[in-house]
Amino acid sequence: MNIPELLEGRRVCVCTGAGGVGKTTTAAVIALGMASLGLKVGVVTIDPARRLASALGLEELGNEPRLVSPERLVSEGLPMEGELWAMMLDPKRTFDELIDKVAPTPARAAEIKANRVYQELSTAVSGSQEFTAVSKLFELAGQGDFDLLVLDTPPTRNALDFFDAPGRLTSFLEGRALKAFLRPTGLGMRVIGRGAAPLLGGLRRITGVDLIADLSTFFGLLGDMTENFSARAREVETLLHAPETTFLLVTSAQSEPIDEAIWFRRTLRGGGLSFGGVVVNRFHHELKGAGAGRRLETELSELLGAELAAKVAENWRDYHLLAERDTRNVARLEEELSGEPLLLVPQFDDDVHDVVGLLRVHRYLFASDDERARLIRDVVA
Amino acid sequence: MASILDRRLVFVTGKGGVGKSTVAVALGLLAARRGARTIVAELAGGDRAQRALDVPPAREFVETEVAERLHTISIDPQHAMEEYLRIKAGALGQVMSSSRLFNAFAMATPGMRELLSIGKVWELAQFERRTRDAEPYDLVVVDAPATGHGVGLLRTPRSFAEIARVGPIAHQGGAIARTIADRSFTSVIAVSTAEEMPVTETLELHAALLREQLDLDGVVVNARYPERFDRRDASLLERALSTGEPPPRVRAALRAALSEHARAGVQAEQQARLEGAFAGPVVTLPFVFAPELHLPELERLADRLDEVLP
Repeated sequence: MNIPELLEGRRVCVCTGAGGVGKTTTAAVIALGMASLGLKVGVVTIDPARRLASALGLEELGNEPRLVSPERLVSEGLPMEGELWAMMLDPKRTFDELIDKVAPTPARAAEIKANRVYQELSTAVSGSQEFTAVSKLFELAGQGDFDLLVLDTPPTRNALDFFDAPGRLTSFLEGRALKAFLRPTGLGMRVIGRGAAPLLGGLRRITGVDLIADLSTFFGLLGDMTENFSARAREVETLLHAPETTFLLVTSAQSEPIDEAIWFRRTLRGGGLSFGGVVVNRFHHELKGAGAGRRLETELSELLGAELAAKVAENWRDYHLLAERDTRNVARLEEELSGEPLLLVPQFDDDVHDVVGLLRVHRYLFASDDERARLIRDVVA
Repeated sequence: MASILDRRLVFVTGKGGVGKSTVAVALGLLAARRGARTIVAELAGGDRAQRALDVPPAREFVETEVAERLHTISIDPQHAMEEYLRIKAGALGQVMSSSRLFNAFAMATPGMRELLSIGKVWELAQFERRTRDAEPYDLVVVDAPATGHGVGLLRTPRSFAEIARVGPIAHQGGAIARTIADRSFTSVIAVSTAEEMPVTETLELHAALLREQLDLDGVVVNARYPERFDRRDASLLERALSTGEPPPRVRAALRAALSEHARAGVQAEQQARLEGAFAGPVVTLPFVFAPELHLPELERLADRLDEVLP
């Protein structure tokens, strides 16, 4: 199994996982590899490290996909049959564009964008990255320009935040709960009945009147646009659940990301989403000679002298601990899977942050099983 | 970074996967050892500290003593809101927090979750606690969210103070924002590994904090490989690998040694890059070769911090 087989018949691939496991790198490799095979691929990355971005030719933040010049990839030995388009998400701009799109008039859009609640909402607050990421994905999918879209997801501690955050923001934009509070004759009154008056007083006491006024102005400006947000949210849901969409889980082999991967897979499946498989990065393969202990040290001594041999043996034992850990954790993950593919990428000697590094990962993700086995044999002995 | 343990509030942040929780717990262990009543606060409802220390997970939002003078708490916005409402509005607060509509509104308001979480952190760090029968702490170590969201978290109180302008939220937000900005009270440290992307992100975090009129008080470079092999060793290893036909297990051992040498070299370069661009204190913690980090390993890291943090 490899990435092309895994993505057979898919048009959207969402890479998710805990922070720091190599999501952005994996998304970039998948995109360039599929483009190499002849597809027109768009990859949406979120806040990638600068050198990785410049490796893809993304010198600046652009909010539309741009064609990655194939020269660098080709000169490093990757043929380019298709096209690779890449963009770095700018949440603020994506949000602004969304407002432009759903606002009835440019004047109203400008008023909303000048509103302080909106400005806060569309910048640093958590949730805006997630919201705008799926929003952008939806927009690009709707344009139908690409054979495959690959989405990198924002760095969250918990992979599921990616799903919760857009919903939270949408329900805020829908503003139903708030409107209920603001209009004593509205839905709120009917739902909460006589409790509403003290609740309203309490809300003012807790939040301060001005905040309510600002929010009220904001929702006044949004007006009937809130329905557009709801409709859009439903369409995004549909896209994420569509048969041509798949979620790929990226993880490292440490216990915690593996625990999270297991939990995440259950949640995805529980939510009726398609789970395509797992990429395990930075895997420490068990080396040849496990259990050789003393004999290995003797053999090394003959070659290197006792002092250096002892250090090499010590390093070997330390590495072995990590290999044991990784093997155990991946076995635990594998037990959970019902046959979905699991692709291992080894721990390399250097960080992956340039084209050469990306292509090194590419070899593992795009190799056939036999080729991969050969590559791994090379690593372990 | 000498004085971070003398302050009352320490935010530990950094890129995902670099070992923030590990460093937060090791700092907590060290502070407790030195006699400070300490609490490690995890946000977003995590229980990493408890898991690492092999104590059974406590209920969310309960301050639990896990070792002498060392406590942990897992802070989630929902409980934080309930507590805040109880303190601010008494019986009415209870009615409000049990109202589904109110909950939906509060939890959906952008930034509200962050404000509530950081509000609880602030409460833990007060000389006079607001929650009933609660003892004050000498030090609160916050296992903060990953870099990007971490800056958002630190910024939230000020944003709320500015948006709300007047009223209790403005007041509360303002008080928290002043506490965070007070460098004799609060410090922010970043955890990084000596790798390209985490170092870049740490430097970007520093710049982002400066833009918010905050600062980075120090960086902990975690998981540095030992420098077991020098250049001479490496060339001997290379030569041994290319002469004759060493048996597979010898070849594997030689290559593993060369790999570590290469990785240690990359780490040294990246740390130099960090130190070249960040003038503040930088301390390192060794890579721990163990399947999992539990109390003995965390104690060793605390020992190391004890050496470098006077």
